[in-house]
Order: sequence, then C-alpha cells, then structure tokens
Amino acid sequence: MSGSKAVEPWIRHSANPKLDRIMVTPEGVALNVTIAAAGARAGALLLDLVIIQLISTLITLLSVALAILFLGGGADFLATDGPFGLIKIFYLITNFLLLNGYFIFFELGHKSATWGKRAVGIRVASRDGSRLTAEAVIARNIVRTVELFLPLSFMGSVEAGGSLVDMTAWAGLLWVLMFMLFPLFNKDRLRGGDVIAGTWVIQNVKKNLGDIVAPSAAIAPDGAAPTARYQFSDADLSVYGEYELQTLENVLRSDQDDALEKVAASICQKIGWEPGSGDERNFLEAYYTALRARLERSMRFGRRRKDKFSAEEQAGR
Amino acid sequence: MSSDQALNAAVLRSDRFRLEREPDWIRLEEIVTKMEKGKARRLSDDDVLALPTLYRTLLSSLSIARENSLDAGLIDYLEGLALRAYFMVYGTQTSFSRWMGSFFGGGWSRAVRAIQFDIWVALAVMIAGAVIGYILVAGDSDWFYALVPGNFMDARVPGASEEALRGTLFGAQDEGGLAVFAAFLFSNNAQVALLAFALGFAFAVPSILLLIHNMALLGAMLWVFAQRGLTVDFVGWLSIHGTTELFAILLAGAAGIHVGRSIAFPGAKSHLKAASDAGKRAALVMAGVIVMLICAGLLEGFGRQLINNTAARFGVGGGMLLLWLVYFIGFGRERRGPDA
Repeated sequence: MSGSKAVEPWIRHSANPKLDRIMVTPEGVALNVTIAAAGARAGALLLDLVIIQLISTLITLLSVALAILFLGGGADFLATDGPFGLIKIFYLITNFLLLNGYFIFFELGHKSATWGKRAVGIRVASRDGSRLTAEAVIARNIVRTVELFLPLSFMGSVEAGGSLVDMTAWAGLLWVLMFMLFPLFNKDRLRGGDVIAGTWVIQNVKKNLGDIVAPSAAIAPDGAAPTARYQFSDADLSVYGEYELQTLENVLRSDQDDALEKVAASICQKIGWEPGSGDERNFLEAYYTALRARLERSMRFGRRRKDKFSAEEQAGR
Repeated sequence: MSSDQALNAAVLRSDRFRLEREPDWIRLEEIVTKMEKGKARRLSDDDVLALPTLYRTLLSSLSIARENSLDAGLIDYLEGLALRAYFMVYGTQTSFSRWMGSFFGGGWSRAVRAIQFDIWVALAVMIAGAVIGYILVAGDSDWFYALVPGNFMDARVPGASEEALRGTLFGAQDEGGLAVFAAFLFSNNAQVALLAFALGFAFAVPSILLLIHNMALLGAMLWVFAQRGLTVDFVGWLSIHGTTELFAILLAGAAGIHVGRSIAFPGAKSHLKAASDAGKRAALVMAGVIVMLICAGLLEGFGRQLINNTAARFGVGGGMLLLWLVYFIGFGRERRGPDA
C-alpha cells in the first residue's frame, strides 16, 4: 500500500503489528486482515497430517476387511484378479485421492480451510482481494507434493535400504527444512504454494456486536436521564483524545467496579472535580458521551485528535 | 424501550446511525453464520438474494463509521463482519460440476494454448533427452545400467536375445492383474507429473532435468530394442498409451517451465504477481494432465496387453494423439472465458 495509507486512523495495530495487512475488496473498501502466524500454520499442517494418516489407516482396514469378507480366511494376498483386484484398485485410487485431494476439497469449501486450519482458526484467501479460484487452490496444493510428500518419501525410502541411503536422507531433510522455513523468510508468511497460487493464509475474525457503550446517557422519556446532572464544560472535555476515549470505552464495556472507580477518580483529578462515590458508572457514561460527541463533531470537520498529548490534526496531512 | 424510542433517545449521532442500520447487520450476520456452517442450502431465497446487497450496505456502513464514529467496538464488529461476508460473496462459489463444465468446455484447452511456448521448449528438451539416452548407450552399453532403474530391467537389457525382447512386447500377461496394474501406473505417473510441475518453482531447472532423465531412459530402452530390429514393434508397444502419457508429461513439464520462467523473467509485472498468474494457468493444465494420465493408465493397463498387434497399437496410439491435438488446438476458441 502507499505510504499515505499508513497514517489512516482506522488501520489496526494489533499485538503483533508485523502481521497486520490491508486487503482491498473489489468494491474498493480496504479491510484490516491479520496474517496467520507461522506457529498456527505448522499446527494446522500437523493436525491435517494426523487426520490424513487416520483416514489412510481406515482405508487400509476397510480394504483388509473387504478382502476377508469376500474371500474368506484363506485369501491369497498376492492375487491380482477377481474381487481382490478390485479391492486393490480401490486402495490405490483412494490413497491417491486422499493425499492429493484432501487439501483441495476442503479449501474449495465455504470456509476455505482444511479441518486443521479450521481448528486453529485460519483460512486461505486470495492475496489481491479477488475471488479465490479453484485454479489457485489446485496450484497451491500441487506444490505441496514437492514441499512435503516427496522429501518425506525420500526419507521413507531410507528404511527400505539401498545405496546412497545416508545422503538421500540428509538431502530429504534439508529439502523439507528449506521449504518448511520458507514462510519465515518472507513478511507475508507465504509458503512455496502460496507464491505460485497468489494466495495467503489469514486469521478468521469473529466479533460480536456489543451494546451501546453508554446506554444511560440516552434521553429518558420523562427528560431526566440519570446522567443529566453531570454537565461538562469545553475545558473539561479538551483534556483527552481518541486513545483515552477508547480506553474509557473498554472500561465501560467490561464494567468492573474497581476499574470504574479508578478511572472516575483519575478523570475527576484531571478536570479538577471532587470525586464523589457510588455513582461512578453514570458519571463515566456522561463523560464518555460528552467527550465522544465533542471528538466526533470535530471529526466531521476533518479534525482528529489522537491522544491527550497531541493537538487536533487536519486529516490528510 | 422499543427500537424507535431508543433511536429517538440516543444522544450521539453515531449511535443513531448504528441503531438505524443494526437490523440489516444482524440479518447479514445470521446469513453468513449459516453459510459458514455449511447450511447454505437452508437459506431462504430472500436471504440468498439479499446477501450481496446487505454486504455492500455493510461496506458503506463501515466506510461511514470509520469517518464518523469513535465507537471502537462497533468498528471492530463491522470490520470483522465485512471480512466474513466478503469471503461468502467472493468465496469459491463455483460448484464442482460447474467448474468441470467450464474446464472441459474450453478452460483447459485455452490454458494449454496459453503456455504454447513452454510446450515447445519442453518438447525440445524431451527429444534431446531421448537422443542423449540413445547416443550414450550406443557409445557404451554400460550407460544403460546407470540410466535405467533396476525394476525395469528384467529381460530388457543390452545383449538380450530377440525372442526375449519380443516376449516383453507381446507376452501374454496375467489378464486379471491388468486393472490393478493400471491403477498402480496411474498413481505412479501422476506423482511424476505433479513433480515435474511443482519443481518448476525452482526456476524450471529441476523440471528440465527430470524430463531429460525420464526421456534418456526411454532412449536407452529404444537402443536395446533397435539392436535386435524391433524398433517399430517397440514404438508400437509404447505408442498405445505413450502418446497420451508422454503428452501428459510434456504438458506437466511445460507447466513447470512456464512457472519457472515467469518467476525468473517476470517482465513488467512484479515477481509475485507473475508467479501467481503463471501458477493459476499452469494449475488448470495440471488438472487436465491428471485426466490424461487416467486415460493413459487405462490404455496401458488394458489396451497394451490386450491388443497384441503392432498396427492396431499404432492405430489406437495415433488416434489418441489426434484426439488430444484436435481438442487442444480447436476447442473453446471463439468463446471468451465464462468466468473471466
């Protein structure tokens, strides 16, 4: 994104700002997204591999069960004709489909995530904000063959024995490490398949719509709101900026008595009021509403004030 | 207090803004939640039709809220809901059958034509590989043992008699095993093809090496049969499935080269953009390669062992080749991509 966007006030600054990104939807609205951390990716992959292994074991058991069912106890496990041949075909084809189809099938679904990814709360998305296409999902998962399955089969072949065994094992290990660590060496945590497919993996978000922050400040039908007895002068409200307003919002939303008392006391001290007691919630709601009304009014004129240390700024400067 | 009363009572303009639009947001959230849980089919027609509108309304609400409201919790909620709705509206919505339709109806042949240059490169590489294999073994037959892995050798080694070699070409194998053999060959060849594509990631060099190695093996084998005057029979034996299988490997290698070339020489685009454009095009080709390999596996498992006559083998192999060429060159030309 261009440099000017970096100062837009709506840009999120989460706990790990290195993973914050902006994605522009086709409608031209920029949305905050968070890249999935490398640990989450690794955990999801591990889960998926375990699941694949479980399904593969199930397929093997099913094949053996079918063989015993159809052929009785005296099954010749080397025979390739008749019903036993069909079972072998079933085994080969389902294993191929499992290894290559598992990721593609689930990432094409509405959640764009395998079971492992769902469990850790991440999903695949198109990097440029366009539609995630079937081609992209296929591409990013074909590359997985080279990244993971091929070197693993290298290392597996070591057990089978043969020449150049040690070298193959080390080459396989080096290979896996190279691709596994690849996401750590680029800022978007892309693995090889993401580069080829134009995708990235981001965190799911699920936020609930909270209540109105200061409901008691509303005008009561009889005209006497519980907060009406608190009136603030312009000077009282000019001591804080948006950062303090949001801190106050968090305090009001969490509704902890001791936090309310502490904040009420420090605001009273700041604006030179005598801190009362017993009515902190109403006092804070009144102050919050008045402060927000004041800040939002200047906001509509394009002036924003970041926090109590800064002066009002004209937007776009 | 009813919602109308709440609206009138709200002191802040931004709270009134929120109360006015809240019902739409909540409806959108319900639709999105249902879709995320895979219950999209249970949505009413009204909901399905309303989704895009509600989504765009939400985006505009978000833009307004960012400029007018300092309610951080509200903006967080809108932001999160917008992202979730975005994924539903712009999700991978093509159903599998629709995607297959557009794929066979021209998407695949268009993708193949788009990587034409790379196909010629891959073809040149493959021919060179076969020639190298042939020349190496012709010069010193010990090369054969270096090029061909042990499990292919059995009777097919330098110095084998004509009868022994002829036996491998026309020998009646246990017919019951053919289907299993076909399935095995398919999953084996498919892995090789996927590899040829995926290795393109490393600037295409490994893809080219893989193609050369596989074709050198073929060239070496050809020499063995040529020594006993069985060239035509060997080519016939190979062509029945080989035209399809080698074509598939050619396309896979070309797809790999296409990706590698785009990463190395992205032209006016950024490296990442060039890589992902090429990758998506190549992935379409690769999906088709898998289809071709299924055909090749069936031809190899059944056709080759059941048809024991060189002329008929050439006929089937040539017919398949013609079929693929007609499809790739002629199909899906006029229509623009339905989802492009």
